[in-house]
Amino acid sequence: MNPDFFTTARPISRLIEEFNKLPGVGLKTAQRLTYHLLQATPEKSRDLAEAIIALKQNLHLCSVCLNITDSDPCGICSDATRDRTKVCVVEEPIDIIPLERTRKFRGLYHVLHGVISPSDGIKPEDLRIRDLLVRLGSAAVTEVILATNPNVEGEATSMYIQRLISPLGIRVTRLARGLPFGGDLEYADDVTLSRALEGRQEMY
Amino acid sequence: MTSSRVYQTAGIIIKRHKFGEADRLLTLFTSDCGKVRAIAKGAMRPGSKLGGHVELLTHSQMMLARGRNLDIITQAQAIDNFLPIRDSLELMSCGFYLSELVDTFTEENVADRELFDLFLNTLLELAEAKDGERILRYFELRLLSHLGYRPQLQKCANCGKLLLPEVNYFSPAQGGALCRNCGYPDMGARTISINALKVLRFWLRCDFATASRVKLSTELTGEIKGLMRENIRYILEKQLKSIEWMDTLANGNLTLEAPPS
Ligand SMILES: [Zn+2]
Ligand SMILES: [Zn+2]
Repeated sequence: MNPDFFTTARPISRLIEEFNKLPGVGLKTAQRLTYHLLQATPEKSRDLAEAIIALKQNLHLCSVCLNITDSDPCGICSDATRDRTKVCVVEEPIDIIPLERTRKFRGLYHVLHGVISPSDGIKPEDLRIRDLLVRLGSAAVTEVILATNPNVEGEATSMYIQRLISPLGIRVTRLARGLPFGGDLEYADDVTLSRALEGRQEMY
Repeated sequence: MTSSRVYQTAGIIIKRHKFGEADRLLTLFTSDCGKVRAIAKGAMRPGSKLGGHVELLTHSQMMLARGRNLDIITQAQAIDNFLPIRDSLELMSCGFYLSELVDTFTEENVADRELFDLFLNTLLELAEAKDGERILRYFELRLLSHLGYRPQLQKCANCGKLLLPEVNYFSPAQGGALCRNCGYPDMGARTISINALKVLRFWLRCDFATASRVKLSTELTGEIKGLMRENIRYILEKQLKSIEWMDTLANGNLTLEAPPS
């Protein structure tokens, strides 16, 4: 709760509270943003408000890959130059961004919208796994790349999906798991290190 | 427990949630302080020094600083990651279930060294096992017994008569086995075979290595599983969430099959 709650005008404290709920925005930043907007022209505030409202209004899930999009199919799925035989499976729409940034992957994506987490009661049915299987049944996909996060739930999800896909005769691969770039061998845990060893490569 | 601000303990990570952008909120079961909730700052950033050392189902040596609400993990070094558990979907699921059991049955900040050792040994056994079912049953029985829910298995839990070597009844509500005179199926009692009774009695007084040498038929395995599950459900007044997932896997019931193309 904003400590100045009782002394600040309600519209101000309300916006501060809303900003404060956003990831990475602490109370100080929330205050700064709010007082900044207080100084801004009415047009500027309206632009921001409209952008926030438009965010939800015009967005939906791509009917092919389930990424969040304002067109259907999304930009990636409707790009004729992309390789339709490869599908990269990710947990969340946001995971596509870093993969696209690499410019190394020219295939399509499939967004699961979550990860299997038995102790939270999140089951395979709660994810978009069925959509993936339907998609694989109808499209000429030859490789599925599992790019779930390298943690316990991510791996469980990948292993489970692999088990479902392998009878279909489609190649299933997953991202190499190993040491993070900029990381330090000294601080690596045994799982990371042993997987980095398993995935070692010839140097050219 | 000491009152100093910084303390060190070994612990097993039994639960973890995202917390803010890159932090993790962890539930640890520690050797010295029992169940503790703590924040691992920046644990989700690649290259974090905590990273894999505070992953779910990891046994770590940790340094913690006491906070107002939650403690903060300042250092962590994995002692055992139980790698084989992570490489098997079935064993991993057993691990999820064990963690949920420990989490559900314990209160925060109540030291319980014996339970910690039981839990740790169970994970170590699991990491060497092909099939986790028996390990789970043994753990369930020891856990209940340790926490004061040891089922009555020698005498009838109602009339106190020595149980005869025949099919008897078992009632979680009455705290154990019932003789043929006292067991009424309509009162929530189910039958228990004499073999199941013998196995449970034996497991209560032997270590896991000895317990694992008992030969069990598929039928008997199923019976004991059903008994323990019902018993735990009665005590907790709910079903654990990870059970449904384990059943999905165990039944090979991969219900999400693609429609025929
Ligand atoms: Zn798409
Ligand atoms: Zn009786």
